[in-house]
Amino acid sequence: MAQSQTEQHHGETVWIEREAFIDRIPRWIAMLGLFIIIVGIWHVVTTTGFVSAIILPTPGETWNDILFVGANIMRGEYMFEALVTTSLTVLYGFLIAIGIGFSLGLLVGETKFGEKAVLPYLVAIDTMPKVAFAPLFIAWLGFDIASKVALAAFIATFPIVVATAAGLYAASENERMLFRSIGATRWQTLFRLKLPTGLPYIFTGLKIAAVGVMAGAITGEFLGGGQGFGALIRQAASQLNTPRVFSLILYLSLLGLALYFTVVWAQRRFVFWNKAETPGGIG
Amino acid sequence: MQMTNPHLAPDATGQRHPVYEISGLSKTYARNSLVALKGVDLTLHKGEFVSVIGSSGCGKSTLLKIMAGLMPPTTGRVMLEGKPVMGPRSDIGMMFQHATLLPWKTTIDNILLPIEMREGRQAARNATDRATALLELVGLGKFGNVYPAELSGGMAQRAAICRMLIAEPAVLLLDEPFSALDELNRDFMNMELQRICLEREATAFLVTHSIAEAVLLSDRIYVMKPRPGRIDQNIKIDLPRPRNLDMINTEKFGQIVHHIRSALGSEAFN
Ligand SMILES: Nc1ncnc2c1ncn2[C@@H]1O[C@H](COP(=O)(O)OP(=O)(O)O)[C@@H](O)[C@H]1O
Ligand SMILES: [Mg+2]
Repeated sequence: MAQSQTEQHHGETVWIEREAFIDRIPRWIAMLGLFIIIVGIWHVVTTTGFVSAIILPTPGETWNDILFVGANIMRGEYMFEALVTTSLTVLYGFLIAIGIGFSLGLLVGETKFGEKAVLPYLVAIDTMPKVAFAPLFIAWLGFDIASKVALAAFIATFPIVVATAAGLYAASENERMLFRSIGATRWQTLFRLKLPTGLPYIFTGLKIAAVGVMAGAITGEFLGGGQGFGALIRQAASQLNTPRVFSLILYLSLLGLALYFTVVWAQRRFVFWNKAETPGGIG
Repeated sequence: MQMTNPHLAPDATGQRHPVYEISGLSKTYARNSLVALKGVDLTLHKGEFVSVIGSSGCGKSTLLKIMAGLMPPTTGRVMLEGKPVMGPRSDIGMMFQHATLLPWKTTIDNILLPIEMREGRQAARNATDRATALLELVGLGKFGNVYPAELSGGMAQRAAICRMLIAEPAVLLLDEPFSALDELNRDFMNMELQRICLEREATAFLVTHSIAEAVLLSDRIYVMKPRPGRIDQNIKIDLPRPRNLDMINTEKFGQIVHHIRSALGSEAFN
């Protein structure tokens, strides 16, 4: 934000544009600054006993546990195995969601049948709280990874369906008329016009799905046990080991970030022409 | 009318070769039972530049879309080169108000798009030289490999001209092609259009709402009246070719403009 002001200068008033302080500092310094402030407040409220240690551990305790969990993961011990289990759950869930979501999106966005008959059902299911289906998936698929994959995929499918269908509608009347006038077939119009035009929408859907698939996988592990990170978190919480809960959540969010930024990377790669306006160029 | 171009000369039967023959054309939009066109007859001859002028909403775009085979008429027939128009055809080149270049294709690939759709990628690749020549023709020689985001509005419309010409259509249908450009660019593009049409002896049909533009470019002007859309007058423009922008200030030009303005009547301004 540039800020301007008037100043007295050799007897005449001149208007000088000044760069605001926040514009002059690099992002990483701004982020680091905020981080220090937050950890500082955290430190103060926990060490003074203002907040009980069971509710919120001190930054120091949490840091020690982060190192402990990190070392465990690095040595490939049980937490590493849990991380692999959860990662696979998330990955399978995401791939299944992409496959089903994209297909249903094509059906809804490209065919009259899909729009008239399928879409209302999808909207109805989408309004339901999808985690409520977790017990069903566990009953059907057992306490293994499959039930968690199913819940994760189930949650992540809908944003992809909606985004794909919306993307297919995004081509303008001018573009459709151009394609008709140059004799494009329906397939050509779909693959050479509608899908490329819809890619930015589809990637937005994938980003929402990437967040949803994490939530689905962890919820599944909370409710259905198993070998994943969700089970470790629940176990730590039941032992009131809050530093452990915090550090597990931190590693879990690294997994989420990795997935999210993989999608962002793919978007930059495949939708190079659309420099979408995102706050600060993130995502 | 001045006839310096031998291809415009009458053939043995004393008639110039008709490209488009349209008779008894009418269009009623079913959605709102709106009569957009009623009883339209018109003929375009080989090498002719014809404009249609009329107030907005009088059915010009509807007429053009029917001529292009983008929608069927309610009644009447449209013949192009002796064959009825039953859908989009490769011998029709179209241009609209917006260039509509695909942002993920380079300028040259955008120009090759009609070939790619009709004949496949290999044919499009083989036509690269032709596309490059067209880019040179419109002064975009250096811009073949850039993406449309880097082109100005006028440059994008020039690329759209190339895309229209790449399949070597028998007739050009132009729906207010330069009306989104600023006036300086529009004048320039109109002169380019005239040059291209003269060079290729193209038959062109231009929809416009600028009287000066129509007079400057056309051999003939159809004046349309609204509600229902119909052709009211067929006016020959007897100015020598090639035309230039200075002609706009001549007395004769002024007289023709005046004549068309009164032909359009008060209906054009409400
Ligand atoms: N798809 C459509 N459905 C219904 N009415 C339409 C449609 N397209 C155009 N019209 C109507 O037909 C009339 C002629 O439109 P158009 O051909 O676009 O006029 P112009 O190009 O001369 O401005 C207008 O009244 C317009 O509202
Ligand atoms: Mg129009």
